[in-house]
Amino acid sequence: MNAPLLSIDDLHVRFPLSGSWFGRQRRMLHAVNGLSLDLAKGECLSIVGESGCGKSTTALSVMGLQEPTQGSILFRGKPFSGPQAPSRMERAMAAQMVFQDPYASLNPRQTVWQSLAQPLRLHNVTARSELSDRIETVMRSVGLTPEQAARYPHEFSGGQRQRIGIARALILQPEIVVLDEPVSALDVSIRAQIINLLLDLQEEFGLSYLMISHDLSVVEHMSDRVAVMFFGQIVETGPWSAIFSDPVHPYTRRLIATIPDPGAVLGLGREVAAEGPAQAPAGWSFADDGSSAPDVTQEPKPSELVEIAPGHFVRLSRS
Amino acid sequence: MKLGFNLILGGVLTALVILAGLLAPWLAHFDPVLDADLMNAELPPDATYWFGTDAQGRDVYSRILYGAQISLTVGIVSQIINTFIGVALGMSAAYWGGWWDDIVNGLTNVMLAIPSLIFALAVMAVLGPGLVSLLIALGLTNWSWTCRIARSSTLSLKSLGYVQAAQTLGYSDTRIMFTQILPNIMGPVLVMATLGMGSAVLSEAALSFLGLGIQPPFPSWGSMLTDARQMIQIAPWTAIFPGMAIFLAVLGFNLLGDGLRDMLDPHMRTRKL
Amino acid sequence: MTPLLDVRNLELGLRHGAHAHRILKGVSFQIMPGETYGLVGESGSGKSVTSLAIIGLLKKPLQILGGEIFFEGRNLLALPRREMRSLRGNRIAMVFQEPMSALNPLQTVGRQIAEMYVQHRGKSWAQAQKKAVEALASVRVPTPERRVHDYPHQMSGGLRQRVMIAMALACDPALLIADEPTTALDVTVQAEVLKLIRELCAARGTAVLFISHDLGVIATMCQRVGVMYAGCLVEENATRELFVDPRHEYTRGLLGALPKLGSRGLHGRQRLVDIDSFIADRSRLTDTRFIAPRGPVSGEAGS
Repeated sequence: MNAPLLSIDDLHVRFPLSGSWFGRQRRMLHAVNGLSLDLAKGECLSIVGESGCGKSTTALSVMGLQEPTQGSILFRGKPFSGPQAPSRMERAMAAQMVFQDPYASLNPRQTVWQSLAQPLRLHNVTARSELSDRIETVMRSVGLTPEQAARYPHEFSGGQRQRIGIARALILQPEIVVLDEPVSALDVSIRAQIINLLLDLQEEFGLSYLMISHDLSVVEHMSDRVAVMFFGQIVETGPWSAIFSDPVHPYTRRLIATIPDPGAVLGLGREVAAEGPAQAPAGWSFADDGSSAPDVTQEPKPSELVEIAPGHFVRLSRS
Repeated sequence: MKLGFNLILGGVLTALVILAGLLAPWLAHFDPVLDADLMNAELPPDATYWFGTDAQGRDVYSRILYGAQISLTVGIVSQIINTFIGVALGMSAAYWGGWWDDIVNGLTNVMLAIPSLIFALAVMAVLGPGLVSLLIALGLTNWSWTCRIARSSTLSLKSLGYVQAAQTLGYSDTRIMFTQILPNIMGPVLVMATLGMGSAVLSEAALSFLGLGIQPPFPSWGSMLTDARQMIQIAPWTAIFPGMAIFLAVLGFNLLGDGLRDMLDPHMRTRKL
Repeated sequence: MTPLLDVRNLELGLRHGAHAHRILKGVSFQIMPGETYGLVGESGSGKSVTSLAIIGLLKKPLQILGGEIFFEGRNLLALPRREMRSLRGNRIAMVFQEPMSALNPLQTVGRQIAEMYVQHRGKSWAQAQKKAVEALASVRVPTPERRVHDYPHQMSGGLRQRVMIAMALACDPALLIADEPTTALDVTVQAEVLKLIRELCAARGTAVLFISHDLGVIATMCQRVGVMYAGCLVEENATRELFVDPRHEYTRGLLGALPKLGSRGLHGRQRLVDIDSFIADRSRLTDTRFIAPRGPVSGEAGS
């Protein structure tokens, strides 16, 4: 297997909780607890979980918007976080992000052209003709016309704004695009268009996606691999087909079983194998079955990710 | 967009003050300082002296017109200084956070705890009276609310997608502050500056009234009130007209500020469905 | 059987002097006693304003331009304000999307539930407080006798939504309007809250008007579904029929646009339907509609 493009190793992120400034030790919120993930060139890896599970914090750490407390992030084998991290300018060429809320992700006082030209100028693309060329190309590739670039964000619909957000993420031609709930704020019909667009762009430019989502049907549709997070830890990770057809961890099973999916509800299509109690492999047990929220100010109980099938890991502890 | 009543009345009053100040050389009938004539002292308003004359026989109408220049200068310059300090501190504190935020917060709280007029008095006592010290004193003492507003607006913008996107696109911190944050917090800051003009005019009047501001014989509305104090019984017009001028100017700035706030308030705007 | 709620040709919108801008263009549907009826549509389709019109909470400048809403035989639109107030919360109750903004942050949840009994049932505060504990227990809030003293901010989103449901069902309404009640919640919490609404309403025979943009949630909850588009009800059918055999272009486009769980495993990754390439002229969508003739409503529960 090729060396991964992005490699997260034992990532920890802790936030100090308010209060107790002096004297006593400050209590810490453990947002991410020893997360390790590899992202290969051209694949879509999705991190799923519910609010507060640490998936967004992980994405922000990759983008350099949140400093990890511990652990390392490597891009093509070189440090991507910590003291040896590259400058913002170099980082910008490697990874970009598409945000959830299309209404908050564009500066209301800049035209689309300005929003796209500014980063290019910053990265030494100053010739007017090249600027126009690149902006035209990127506008076309997200399904907008170059003329629309002269407009302000409020003149666009939510779906169009999300296209502009994608254009901005692609303008510097990064290798990794972090998708933070890219379609959850959109209507069903618009959602389908954006999902199709993201898949087309991935194929066209060989992009690697790190997608953060709570919507499992979108995740199943788009991902190559899936990592399920529960309170700062990955509880299960593997190829999409293994996670959706053969989920092992009780939390994953519960997550899949609770999706209100019309097909499953009405007995159409295939039943997802998420019913029945979860079975841990012999000699192992589940450290946490995900049925109740653990204390987020404590280190979790010791456990490890065990490979139960090629590429399919489940968090277990020895019993 | 519908213009509010406050905005219109405030705009008209403010425009009147500005016009009075700018056109004073043409509108005034007499020189505000040199045309002193003790023979014509304390004349009530008539066709020549519209607002009457003061104890030195100077035309009150002309002095009020020239006084507008001083009030405007004080209002505008002191607010430019205030806004500059307030925005620079508030925006950087919110953006960087940490110890810098703690320091700015502490400083703001101290400034808010001391009545600004007392603070300005202390600064004037050190610098000595005069227009320049007045500008410095008022410019250094009224930035705390602007700072608070800049800070809280920046805090809410900081987590928005476009500010985060700018960081990931490689923008430097100062570029982010100038291109992404500043244009989007200017609305509330401008409102504060307009409201601050009113209070600066009042503070100028108060300091000049106490003899610390504009020195005689130059006409400031505050110092005109001081002069009028002794003869308010015999020549009430010397107090009434400068008082009216202060009242209308401050009212104008405040209404304009309120009107701007209503206009810029996102809740007042209709959102597209 | 006479319908509990009968919305007839409801039109609503903004009026600028002589001409009116219509947001609802003649919507008609009926809900039988005990039935769960779903309204599904994208944002701006008019599903939420429909519910606000029924409960009489339409905000200016929106106003009713025409039509009738019969509830238990009375036209709600012609009812005096006083009678509408006594109906609201009592016979018709509502659960909103965001429980934090629908609950008073300065009162304990117990007091807010108790208020319903005092207002509509004329109970004393002491009795009402006891009823509030029972109500919390009925929505399966753990340790209800302690939780009645909590303020809304001390509860999680899921618990707050349970409190809203307890308040809404306190007076045994005939109709519960649930407007996107689980949109702000996590999936596992959503499943619990949906189950709660389904079971409580079935046990009490409460009819539900369930509004959502989420086709999956609608399929879980409703016996019949109305699909709204641009202020019109374009298709109405029993849930199963609607999903298996959508008749209207728009419904077909909407269902095709939805990534379905398990379908990638069966058929490989198929391109999602782009509704705009599917439907050439959106403006003509509201010209046609398909309303299925009402079959026997008995127990076709979509669970």
